[in-house]
Amino acid sequence: MQINWFTVIAQVLNFLILVWLLKRFLYKPILKAIDEREEKIAAQIKDAEAQDTSAKKEQIEFLKKNETFDKEKKKLMDNAIAETNEERQKLLEDARNEAAELRSNLEKSLKEMQENLNRDIVLKTQQEVFAIARKTLADLASLSMEEQSANIFIKRLYALTIEEKEQFIEAFKQDSNLLAAGHDPILVQSAFDLLEKQQTGIKSAVNAILGTETHFQFKTAPEIISGIELTSNGYKLAWSISAYLNSLQKSISETMKEEPN
Amino acid sequence: MKLSPDETIFWEHGFVTINLTIVTTWAIMLVLVIAAVLITRKLRTDIRISRWQCILEMLVTTINNQIEEIGLKKPKDYIGFIGTLFIFIVASNILIILPWYEPPTGSLSTTAALAICVFMAVPFFGIAKTGLLGYLKSYLQPTFIMLPFNLISEITRTLALAVRLFGNIMSGGMIIAILLSITPFIFPIVMKALGLLTGMVQAYIFSILATVYIAAAVHDSKPLDKGKLITTKN
Repeated sequence: MQINWFTVIAQVLNFLILVWLLKRFLYKPILKAIDEREEKIAAQIKDAEAQDTSAKKEQIEFLKKNETFDKEKKKLMDNAIAETNEERQKLLEDARNEAAELRSNLEKSLKEMQENLNRDIVLKTQQEVFAIARKTLADLASLSMEEQSANIFIKRLYALTIEEKEQFIEAFKQDSNLLAAGHDPILVQSAFDLLEKQQTGIKSAVNAILGTETHFQFKTAPEIISGIELTSNGYKLAWSISAYLNSLQKSISETMKEEPN
Repeated sequence: MKLSPDETIFWEHGFVTINLTIVTTWAIMLVLVIAAVLITRKLRTDIRISRWQCILEMLVTTINNQIEEIGLKKPKDYIGFIGTLFIFIVASNILIILPWYEPPTGSLSTTAALAICVFMAVPFFGIAKTGLLGYLKSYLQPTFIMLPFNLISEITRTLALAVRLFGNIMSGGMIIAILLSITPFIFPIVMKALGLLTGMVQAYIFSILATVYIAAAVHDSKPLDKGKLITTKN
Protein backbone atom coordinates (compact mmCIF):
# COMPACT_ATOMS: atom_id res chain seq x y z
CA MET A 1 0.00 0.00 0.00
CA GLN A 2 2.11 2.79 -1.37
CA ILE A 3 1.37 6.20 -2.64
CA ASN A 4 2.83 7.05 -5.99
CA TRP A 5 3.13 10.82 -5.80
CA PHE A 6 3.37 11.26 -9.55
CA THR A 7 0.12 9.34 -9.86
CA VAL A 8 -1.39 11.52 -7.14
CA ILE A 9 -0.43 14.69 -9.00
CA ALA A 10 -1.55 13.19 -12.29
CA GLN A 11 -4.88 12.14 -10.77
CA VAL A 12 -5.39 15.61 -9.23
CA LEU A 13 -4.79 17.13 -12.65
CA ASN A 14 -6.96 14.50 -14.29
CA PHE A 15 -9.71 15.20 -11.84
CA LEU A 16 -9.50 18.96 -12.30
CA ILE A 17 -9.56 18.50 -16.08
CA LEU A 18 -12.55 16.22 -15.73
CA VAL A 19 -14.26 18.84 -13.55
CA TRP A 20 -13.72 21.46 -16.24
CA LEU A 21 -14.79 19.11 -19.05
CA LEU A 22 -17.95 17.98 -17.32
CA LYS A 23 -18.80 21.54 -16.35
CA ARG A 24 -18.35 22.52 -19.97
CA PHE A 25 -20.13 19.58 -21.61
CA LEU A 26 -22.56 18.29 -18.99
CA TYR A 27 -23.68 20.57 -16.17
CA LYS A 28 -23.85 23.86 -18.01
CA PRO A 29 -25.90 22.57 -20.99
CA ILE A 30 -28.12 20.45 -18.79
CA LEU A 31 -28.75 23.19 -16.23
CA LYS A 32 -29.29 25.66 -19.03
CA ALA A 33 -31.80 23.33 -20.67
CA ILE A 34 -33.57 22.81 -17.34
CA ASP A 35 -33.63 26.54 -16.67
CA GLU A 36 -34.88 27.29 -20.15
CA ARG A 37 -37.58 24.70 -19.87
CA GLU A 38 -38.56 25.98 -16.44
CA GLU A 39 -38.63 29.49 -17.80
CA LYS A 40 -40.69 28.31 -20.71
CA ILE A 41 -43.11 26.52 -18.41
CA ALA A 42 -43.18 29.52 -16.09
CA ALA A 43 -43.84 31.75 -19.08
CA GLN A 44 -46.58 29.40 -20.24
CA ILE A 45 -48.11 29.36 -16.77
CA LYS A 46 -47.79 33.13 -16.62
CA ASP A 47 -49.39 33.38 -20.04
CA ALA A 48 -52.12 31.02 -18.96
CA GLU A 49 -52.63 33.03 -15.80
CA ALA A 50 -52.64 36.24 -17.80
CA GLN A 51 -55.12 34.70 -20.19
CA ASP A 52 -57.14 33.46 -17.27
CA THR A 53 -57.08 36.91 -15.70
CA SER A 54 -57.92 38.49 -19.02
CA ALA A 55 -60.67 35.95 -19.60
CA LYS A 56 -62.07 36.59 -16.12
CA LYS A 57 -61.86 40.31 -16.71
CA GLU A 58 -63.56 39.91 -20.04
CA GLN A 59 -66.13 37.66 -18.44
CA ILE A 60 -66.82 40.26 -15.76
CA GLU A 61 -66.93 42.94 -18.43
CA PHE A 62 -69.19 40.79 -20.54
CA LEU A 63 -71.47 40.10 -17.60
CA LYS A 64 -71.49 43.79 -16.79
CA LYS A 65 -72.28 44.63 -20.39
CA ASN A 66 -74.92 41.96 -20.44
CA GLU A 67 -76.44 43.39 -17.31
CA THR A 68 -76.33 46.90 -18.74
CA PHE A 69 -77.76 45.61 -21.97
CA ASP A 70 -80.55 43.83 -20.09
CA LYS A 71 -81.25 46.98 -18.12
CA GLU A 72 -81.28 49.07 -21.27
CA LYS A 73 -83.42 46.52 -23.01
CA LYS A 74 -85.86 46.54 -20.11
CA LYS A 75 -85.82 50.32 -20.05
CA LEU A 76 -86.37 50.48 -23.80
CA MET A 77 -89.09 47.87 -23.57
CA ASP A 78 -90.75 49.76 -20.73
CA ASN A 79 -90.46 52.98 -22.67
CA ALA A 80 -91.77 51.29 -25.79
CA ILE A 81 -94.69 49.80 -23.84
CA ALA A 82 -95.40 53.13 -22.20
CA GLU A 83 -95.16 54.91 -25.54
CA THR A 84 -97.34 52.30 -27.17
CA ASN A 85 -99.91 52.61 -24.41
CA GLU A 86 -99.77 56.36 -24.71
CA GLU A 87 -100.04 56.16 -28.48
CA ARG A 88 -102.90 53.72 -28.15
CA GLN A 89 -104.64 55.98 -25.71
CA LYS A 90 -104.02 58.88 -28.03
CA LEU A 91 -105.25 56.94 -31.04
CA LEU A 92 -108.25 55.75 -29.09
CA GLU A 93 -108.91 59.29 -27.99
CA ASP A 94 -108.50 60.53 -31.55
CA ALA A 95 -110.73 57.76 -32.86
CA ARG A 96 -113.24 58.56 -30.15
CA ASN A 97 -113.09 62.24 -30.97
CA GLU A 98 -113.34 61.48 -34.67
CA ALA A 99 -116.23 59.14 -34.04
CA ALA A 100 -117.87 61.79 -31.89
CA GLU A 101 -117.28 64.38 -34.59
CA LEU A 102 -118.59 62.04 -37.25
CA ARG A 103 -121.57 61.25 -35.08
CA SER A 104 -122.08 64.92 -34.50
CA ASN A 105 -121.76 65.59 -38.25
CA LEU A 106 -124.12 62.74 -38.94
CA GLU A 107 -126.58 64.04 -36.39
CA LYS A 108 -126.16 67.50 -37.82
CA SER A 109 -126.66 66.30 -41.35
CA LEU A 110 -129.59 64.15 -40.21
CA LYS A 111 -130.98 67.18 -38.47
CA GLU A 112 -130.41 69.22 -41.58
CA MET A 113 -132.01 66.55 -43.67
CA GLN A 114 -134.87 66.43 -41.22
CA GLU A 115 -135.14 70.17 -41.31
CA ASN A 116 -134.95 70.22 -45.08
CA LEU A 117 -137.57 67.55 -45.22
CA ASN A 118 -139.70 69.40 -42.74
CA ARG A 119 -139.22 72.59 -44.69
CA ASP A 120 -140.09 70.82 -47.92
CA ILE A 121 -143.10 69.26 -46.27
CA VAL A 122 -144.13 72.61 -44.87
CA LEU A 123 -143.56 74.31 -48.22
CA LYS A 124 -145.39 71.59 -50.05
CA THR A 125 -148.18 71.63 -47.50
CA GLN A 126 -148.30 75.41 -47.76
CA GLN A 127 -148.41 75.25 -51.53
CA GLU A 128 -151.03 72.50 -51.43
CA VAL A 129 -153.02 74.36 -48.83
CA PHE A 130 -152.95 77.51 -50.91
CA ALA A 131 -153.66 75.61 -54.08
CA ILE A 132 -156.62 73.92 -52.38
CA ALA A 133 -157.72 77.25 -50.92
CA ARG A 134 -157.42 78.95 -54.28
CA LYS A 135 -159.26 76.11 -55.98
CA THR A 136 -161.97 76.02 -53.34
CA LEU A 137 -162.37 79.78 -53.27
CA ALA A 138 -162.35 79.94 -57.09
CA ASP A 139 -165.05 77.29 -57.11
CA LEU A 140 -167.03 79.20 -54.54
CA ALA A 141 -166.67 82.60 -56.25
CA SER A 142 -169.87 83.90 -57.86
CA LEU A 143 -171.64 87.12 -58.92
CA SER A 144 -173.36 87.44 -55.61
CA MET A 145 -170.06 87.11 -53.82
CA GLU A 146 -168.62 89.62 -56.28
CA GLU A 147 -171.34 92.03 -55.49
CA GLN A 148 -170.70 91.58 -51.82
CA SER A 149 -166.98 92.14 -52.29
CA ALA A 150 -167.66 95.31 -54.35
CA ASN A 151 -169.71 96.62 -51.48
CA ILE A 152 -166.97 95.82 -48.99
CA PHE A 153 -164.41 97.49 -51.27
CA ILE A 154 -166.48 100.66 -51.50
CA LYS A 155 -166.86 100.65 -47.71
CA ARG A 156 -163.18 100.34 -47.31
CA LEU A 157 -162.52 103.20 -49.69
CA TYR A 158 -164.60 105.39 -47.48
CA ALA A 159 -162.90 104.01 -44.43
CA LEU A 160 -159.36 104.91 -45.59
CA THR A 161 -157.20 106.72 -43.03
CA ILE A 162 -155.93 110.23 -43.72
CA GLU A 163 -152.39 108.98 -44.40
CA GLU A 164 -153.61 106.36 -46.83
CA LYS A 165 -155.73 108.96 -48.56
CA GLU A 166 -152.72 111.32 -48.86
CA GLN A 167 -150.57 108.56 -50.37
CA PHE A 168 -153.34 107.77 -52.83
CA ILE A 169 -153.77 111.42 -53.80
CA GLU A 170 -149.96 111.81 -54.23
CA ALA A 171 -149.83 108.80 -56.53
CA PHE A 172 -152.73 110.11 -58.48
CA LYS A 173 -151.15 113.58 -58.89
CA GLN A 174 -147.83 112.16 -60.10
CA ASP A 175 -149.78 110.22 -62.66
CA SER A 176 -151.70 113.17 -64.02
CA ASN A 177 -149.06 113.59 -66.75
CA LEU A 178 -150.16 110.26 -68.10
CA LEU A 179 -153.60 111.64 -68.79
CA ALA A 180 -152.19 113.61 -71.69
CA ALA A 181 -150.84 110.39 -73.19
CA GLY A 182 -154.40 109.02 -73.13
CA HIS A 183 -153.79 106.41 -70.42
CA ASP A 184 -156.51 105.78 -67.87
CA PRO A 185 -154.93 106.78 -64.58
CA ILE A 186 -156.98 104.38 -62.43
CA LEU A 187 -157.30 100.71 -63.21
CA VAL A 188 -160.00 98.69 -61.50
CA GLN A 189 -159.62 94.89 -61.81
CA SER A 190 -162.18 92.29 -60.74
CA ALA A 191 -162.66 88.52 -61.10
CA PHE A 192 -166.07 89.03 -62.74
CA ASP A 193 -167.45 91.93 -64.74
CA LEU A 194 -168.68 94.64 -62.39
CA LEU A 195 -172.26 95.84 -62.66
CA GLU A 196 -172.96 99.43 -63.65
CA LYS A 197 -174.16 100.20 -60.15
CA GLN A 198 -170.98 98.80 -58.60
CA GLN A 199 -168.78 100.72 -61.11
CA THR A 200 -170.58 103.92 -60.26
CA GLY A 201 -170.24 103.27 -56.53
CA ILE A 202 -166.48 102.82 -56.90
CA LYS A 203 -166.17 105.88 -59.15
CA SER A 204 -168.04 108.09 -56.75
CA ALA A 205 -166.07 106.85 -53.79
CA VAL A 206 -162.73 107.46 -55.53
CA ASN A 207 -163.78 110.82 -56.82
CA ALA A 208 -164.84 111.73 -53.30
CA ILE A 209 -161.33 110.90 -52.03
CA LEU A 210 -159.54 112.71 -54.85
CA GLY A 211 -161.99 115.59 -54.93
CA THR A 212 -161.98 115.58 -58.74
CA GLU A 213 -163.52 113.70 -61.71
CA THR A 214 -161.23 111.19 -63.35
CA HIS A 215 -161.25 108.34 -65.86
CA PHE A 216 -161.57 104.73 -64.85
CA GLN A 217 -160.68 101.57 -66.65
CA PHE A 218 -162.49 98.42 -65.58
CA LYS A 219 -160.85 95.09 -66.33
CA THR A 220 -161.75 91.46 -65.62
CA ALA A 221 -158.92 89.32 -64.06
CA PRO A 222 -159.94 85.72 -63.03
CA GLU A 223 -156.58 85.16 -61.10
CA ILE A 224 -157.87 87.53 -58.42
CA ILE A 225 -160.36 84.70 -57.55
CA SER A 226 -162.72 87.05 -55.82
CA GLY A 227 -162.58 90.76 -54.93
CA ILE A 228 -161.51 94.10 -56.47
CA GLU A 229 -158.14 95.76 -57.00
CA LEU A 230 -157.63 99.47 -57.68
CA THR A 231 -154.21 100.43 -59.07
CA SER A 232 -152.86 103.89 -59.74
CA ASN A 233 -149.23 104.44 -60.67
CA GLY A 234 -147.88 101.70 -58.39
CA TYR A 235 -150.30 102.51 -55.54
CA LYS A 236 -152.71 99.70 -55.03
CA LEU A 237 -155.91 99.43 -53.09
CA ALA A 238 -157.30 95.95 -53.02
CA TRP A 239 -159.69 93.73 -51.38
CA SER A 240 -159.44 90.29 -52.88
CA ILE A 241 -158.95 86.71 -51.73
CA SER A 242 -155.84 86.53 -53.90
CA ALA A 243 -154.36 89.48 -52.06
CA TYR A 244 -155.10 87.85 -48.71
CA LEU A 245 -153.59 84.58 -49.85
CA ASN A 246 -150.47 86.34 -51.21
CA SER A 247 -150.11 88.25 -47.99
CA LEU A 248 -150.49 85.05 -45.94
CA GLN A 249 -148.01 83.16 -48.13
CA LYS A 250 -145.52 85.98 -47.81
CA SER A 251 -145.90 86.02 -44.06
CA ILE A 252 -145.44 82.20 -43.72
CA SER A 253 -142.38 82.20 -45.99
CA GLU A 254 -140.75 84.92 -43.92
CA THR A 255 -141.47 83.02 -40.73
CA MET A 256 -139.92 79.84 -42.16
CA LYS A 257 -136.83 81.73 -43.25
CA GLU A 258 -136.33 83.03 -39.73
CA GLU A 259 -136.75 79.59 -38.11
CA PRO A 260 -133.41 77.95 -39.05
CA ASN A 261 -131.54 80.73 -37.21
CA MET B 1 -0.69 -10.31 -5.82
CA LYS B 2 -1.04 -6.68 -6.75
CA LEU B 3 -2.83 -4.56 -4.21
CA SER B 4 -3.14 -1.47 -6.39
CA PRO B 5 -3.38 -0.77 -10.13
CA ASP B 6 -0.48 1.61 -9.55
CA GLU B 7 1.74 -1.37 -9.65
CA THR B 8 0.91 -2.15 -13.27
CA ILE B 9 3.27 0.18 -15.06
CA PHE B 10 3.13 0.75 -18.82
CA TRP B 11 5.82 3.34 -19.21
CA GLU B 12 8.30 4.87 -16.83
CA HIS B 13 10.82 7.63 -17.20
CA GLY B 14 12.33 8.80 -13.94
CA PHE B 15 9.60 10.37 -11.81
CA VAL B 16 7.06 10.13 -14.61
CA THR B 17 5.17 6.88 -14.49
CA ILE B 18 2.24 5.90 -16.71
CA ASN B 19 0.47 3.15 -14.81
CA LEU B 20 -2.89 1.39 -15.04
CA THR B 21 -4.51 3.88 -12.64
CA ILE B 22 -3.75 6.84 -14.89
CA VAL B 23 -4.68 5.01 -18.05
CA THR B 24 -7.95 3.76 -16.62
CA THR B 25 -8.72 7.28 -15.37
CA TRP B 26 -8.15 8.65 -18.85
CA ALA B 27 -10.40 6.00 -20.30
CA ILE B 28 -13.14 6.81 -17.79
CA MET B 29 -12.72 10.52 -18.47
CA LEU B 30 -12.97 9.89 -22.18
CA VAL B 31 -16.10 7.78 -21.81
CA LEU B 32 -17.75 10.35 -19.53
CA VAL B 33 -16.91 13.31 -21.75
CA ILE B 34 -17.98 11.56 -24.95
CA ALA B 35 -21.25 10.45 -23.32
CA ALA B 36 -21.86 13.99 -22.05
CA VAL B 37 -21.13 15.50 -25.44
CA LEU B 38 -23.32 12.97 -27.25
CA ILE B 39 -26.25 13.42 -24.93
CA THR B 40 -26.06 17.19 -24.54
CA ARG B 41 -25.62 17.64 -28.30
CA LYS B 42 -29.34 17.27 -28.87
CA LEU B 43 -30.72 18.92 -25.78
CA ARG B 44 -34.26 20.16 -26.08
CA THR B 45 -36.08 22.70 -24.03
CA ASP B 46 -39.54 21.42 -24.90
CA ILE B 47 -41.86 19.68 -22.52
CA ARG B 48 -41.05 16.37 -24.20
CA ILE B 49 -37.38 15.32 -24.05
CA SER B 50 -35.26 12.28 -24.96
CA ARG B 51 -34.73 9.43 -22.47
CA TRP B 52 -30.99 10.08 -22.15
CA GLN B 53 -31.59 13.73 -21.52
CA CYS B 54 -34.18 12.80 -18.95
CA ILE B 55 -31.71 10.46 -17.18
CA LEU B 56 -29.00 13.13 -17.19
CA GLU B 57 -31.41 15.79 -15.97
CA MET B 58 -32.56 13.49 -13.17
CA LEU B 59 -28.94 12.86 -12.20
CA VAL B 60 -28.00 16.54 -12.25
CA THR B 61 -31.19 17.59 -10.46
CA THR B 62 -30.68 14.94 -7.79
CA ILE B 63 -27.09 16.06 -7.17
CA ASN B 64 -28.31 19.65 -7.06
CA ASN B 65 -31.01 18.78 -4.53
CA GLN B 66 -28.56 16.82 -2.40
CA ILE B 67 -26.14 19.74 -2.30
CA GLU B 68 -28.98 22.11 -1.45
CA GLU B 69 -30.33 19.81 1.25
CA ILE B 70 -26.95 19.78 2.95
CA GLY B 71 -27.07 23.54 3.15
CA LEU B 72 -25.36 25.11 0.18
CA LYS B 73 -27.79 27.73 -1.05
CA LYS B 74 -26.42 27.99 -4.58
CA PRO B 75 -25.83 24.40 -5.68
CA LYS B 76 -24.93 25.48 -9.22
CA ASP B 77 -21.66 26.91 -7.91
CA TYR B 78 -20.64 23.57 -6.39
CA ILE B 79 -22.14 20.99 -8.74
CA GLY B 80 -19.10 21.13 -11.02
CA PHE B 81 -16.84 19.88 -8.25
CA ILE B 82 -19.14 17.70 -6.15
CA GLY B 83 -21.05 16.29 -9.12
CA THR B 84 -17.84 15.35 -10.92
CA LEU B 85 -16.53 13.75 -7.74
CA PHE B 86 -19.65 11.62 -7.49
CA ILE B 87 -19.88 10.76 -11.18
CA PHE B 88 -16.18 9.88 -11.43
CA ILE B 89 -16.27 7.60 -8.38
CA VAL B 90 -19.53 6.00 -9.49
CA ALA B 91 -18.18 5.39 -12.99
CA SER B 92 -14.93 4.00 -11.61
CA ASN B 93 -16.72 1.64 -9.26
CA ILE B 94 -19.50 0.56 -11.61
CA LEU B 95 -17.11 -0.47 -14.33
CA ILE B 96 -15.93 -3.42 -12.17
CA ILE B 97 -18.55 -5.42 -14.03
CA LEU B 98 -16.11 -5.39 -16.93
CA PRO B 99 -13.61 -8.29 -16.88
CA TRP B 100 -9.98 -7.53 -16.03
CA TYR B 101 -10.99 -4.07 -15.00
CA GLU B 102 -9.32 -2.55 -12.02
CA PRO B 103 -10.95 0.53 -10.62
CA PRO B 104 -8.66 3.56 -10.20
CA THR B 105 -10.40 4.21 -6.90
CA GLY B 106 -8.75 1.03 -5.66
CA SER B 107 -5.49 2.96 -5.79
CA LEU B 108 -4.53 4.96 -2.72
CA SER B 109 -2.92 7.48 -5.05
CA THR B 110 -6.26 8.21 -6.70
CA THR B 111 -8.22 8.40 -3.47
CA ALA B 112 -5.46 10.55 -1.97
CA ALA B 113 -5.64 12.79 -5.04
CA LEU B 114 -9.43 13.10 -4.66
CA ALA B 115 -9.05 13.78 -0.92
CA ILE B 116 -6.43 16.43 -1.65
CA CYS B 117 -8.84 17.98 -4.13
CA VAL B 118 -11.48 18.15 -1.39
CA PHE B 119 -8.87 19.46 1.03
CA MET B 120 -8.05 22.23 -1.42
CA ALA B 121 -11.65 22.87 -2.42
CA VAL B 122 -12.78 23.60 1.14
CA PRO B 123 -10.63 26.76 1.60
CA PHE B 124 -11.16 27.62 -2.09
CA PHE B 125 -14.95 27.79 -1.75
CA GLY B 126 -14.73 29.18 1.79
CA ILE B 127 -12.54 32.08 0.73
CA ALA B 128 -14.58 32.65 -2.41
CA LYS B 129 -17.71 32.92 -0.33
CA THR B 130 -16.67 34.62 2.91
CA GLY B 131 -13.27 36.11 2.07
CA LEU B 132 -9.86 35.13 3.47
CA LEU B 133 -10.46 36.51 6.96
CA GLY B 134 -13.92 35.06 7.19
CA TYR B 135 -12.54 31.67 6.25
CA LEU B 136 -9.64 31.83 8.69
CA LYS B 137 -12.04 32.86 11.45
CA SER B 138 -13.84 29.56 10.98
CA TYR B 139 -10.79 27.83 12.51
CA LEU B 140 -11.36 29.81 15.72
CA GLN B 141 -14.93 28.61 16.07
CA PRO B 142 -16.45 28.23 18.61
CA THR B 143 -13.32 29.55 20.49
CA PHE B 144 -9.63 30.03 19.64
CA ILE B 145 -8.86 27.04 21.85
CA MET B 146 -10.40 24.89 19.16
CA LEU B 147 -7.81 26.06 16.55
CA PRO B 148 -5.43 23.07 16.88
CA PHE B 149 -8.34 20.67 16.94
CA ASN B 150 -9.81 22.27 13.87
CA LEU B 151 -6.48 21.99 12.07
CA ILE B 152 -6.08 18.35 13.08
CA SER B 153 -9.67 17.70 12.03
CA GLU B 154 -8.93 19.24 8.65
CA ILE B 155 -6.01 16.91 8.02
CA THR B 156 -7.46 13.78 9.53
CA ARG B 157 -10.72 14.00 7.72
CA THR B 158 -8.85 14.33 4.44
CA LEU B 159 -6.85 11.30 5.32
CA ALA B 160 -10.00 9.46 6.36
CA LEU B 161 -11.65 10.34 3.07
CA ALA B 162 -8.74 8.91 1.12
CA VAL B 163 -8.34 5.77 3.15
CA ARG B 164 -12.08 5.03 3.44
CA LEU B 165 -12.61 5.00 -0.30
CA PHE B 166 -9.38 3.20 -1.02
CA GLY B 167 -10.00 0.59 1.68
CA ASN B 168 -13.52 -0.18 0.57
CA ILE B 169 -12.77 -0.49 -3.11
CA MET B 170 -9.41 -2.19 -2.72
CA SER B 171 -10.83 -4.68 -0.24
CA GLY B 172 -13.71 -5.42 -2.58
CA GLY B 173 -11.28 -6.11 -5.42
CA MET B 174 -9.05 -8.14 -3.14
CA ILE B 175 -11.91 -10.30 -1.88
CA ILE B 176 -13.01 -11.01 -5.45
CA ALA B 177 -9.46 -11.89 -6.45
CA ILE B 178 -9.06 -14.20 -3.48
CA LEU B 179 -12.48 -15.78 -3.99
CA LEU B 180 -11.76 -16.33 -7.67
CA SER B 181 -8.75 -18.40 -6.70
CA ILE B 182 -10.74 -20.37 -4.10
CA THR B 183 -14.25 -20.68 -5.53
CA PRO B 184 -14.15 -19.58 -9.13
CA PHE B 185 -17.90 -20.07 -9.73
CA ILE B 186 -20.97 -18.18 -8.57
CA PHE B 187 -19.64 -16.72 -5.34
CA PRO B 188 -17.41 -14.09 -6.96
CA ILE B 189 -20.50 -12.84 -8.85
CA VAL B 190 -22.34 -12.27 -5.61
CA MET B 191 -19.33 -10.48 -4.21
CA LYS B 192 -19.10 -8.38 -7.34
CA ALA B 193 -22.73 -7.37 -6.96
CA LEU B 194 -21.96 -6.44 -3.39
CA GLY B 195 -18.92 -4.56 -4.68
CA LEU B 196 -21.20 -2.57 -7.01
CA LEU B 197 -23.39 -1.59 -4.08
CA THR B 198 -20.36 -0.72 -1.94
CA GLY B 199 -18.96 1.37 -4.77
CA MET B 200 -22.17 3.34 -5.14
CA VAL B 201 -22.42 3.91 -1.39
CA GLN B 202 -18.80 5.01 -1.21
CA ALA B 203 -19.30 7.45 -4.05
CA TYR B 204 -22.29 8.89 -2.25
CA ILE B 205 -20.46 9.12 1.07
CA PHE B 206 -17.39 10.70 -0.46
CA SER B 207 -19.46 13.34 -2.24
CA ILE B 208 -21.68 14.04 0.74
CA LEU B 209 -18.74 14.43 3.07
CA ALA B 210 -17.04 16.77 0.61
CA THR B 211 -20.25 18.81 0.45
CA VAL B 212 -20.50 18.90 4.24
CA TYR B 213 -16.94 20.13 4.57
CA ILE B 214 -17.47 22.81 1.96
CA ALA B 215 -20.78 23.81 3.51
CA ALA B 216 -19.10 24.17 6.89
CA ALA B 217 -16.46 26.33 5.29
CA VAL B 218 -18.86 28.71 3.55
CA HIS B 219 -20.77 29.23 6.81
CA ASP B 220 -24.21 29.00 5.34
CA SER B 221 -24.75 25.43 6.30
CA LYS B 222 -27.73 24.43 8.26
CA PRO B 223 -27.18 22.74 11.64
CA LEU B 224 -26.11 19.28 10.68
CA ASP B 225 -28.41 16.37 11.13
CA LYS B 226 -25.93 14.22 13.00
CA GLY B 227 -28.07 11.15 12.91
CA LYS B 228 -28.26 11.37 9.18
CA LEU B 229 -24.51 11.88 8.91
CA ILE B 230 -23.79 8.88 11.09
CA THR B 231 -26.05 6.67 9.09
CA THR B 232 -24.25 7.63 5.90
CA LYS B 233 -20.89 6.61 7.32
CA ASN B 234 -19.96 3.16 6.36
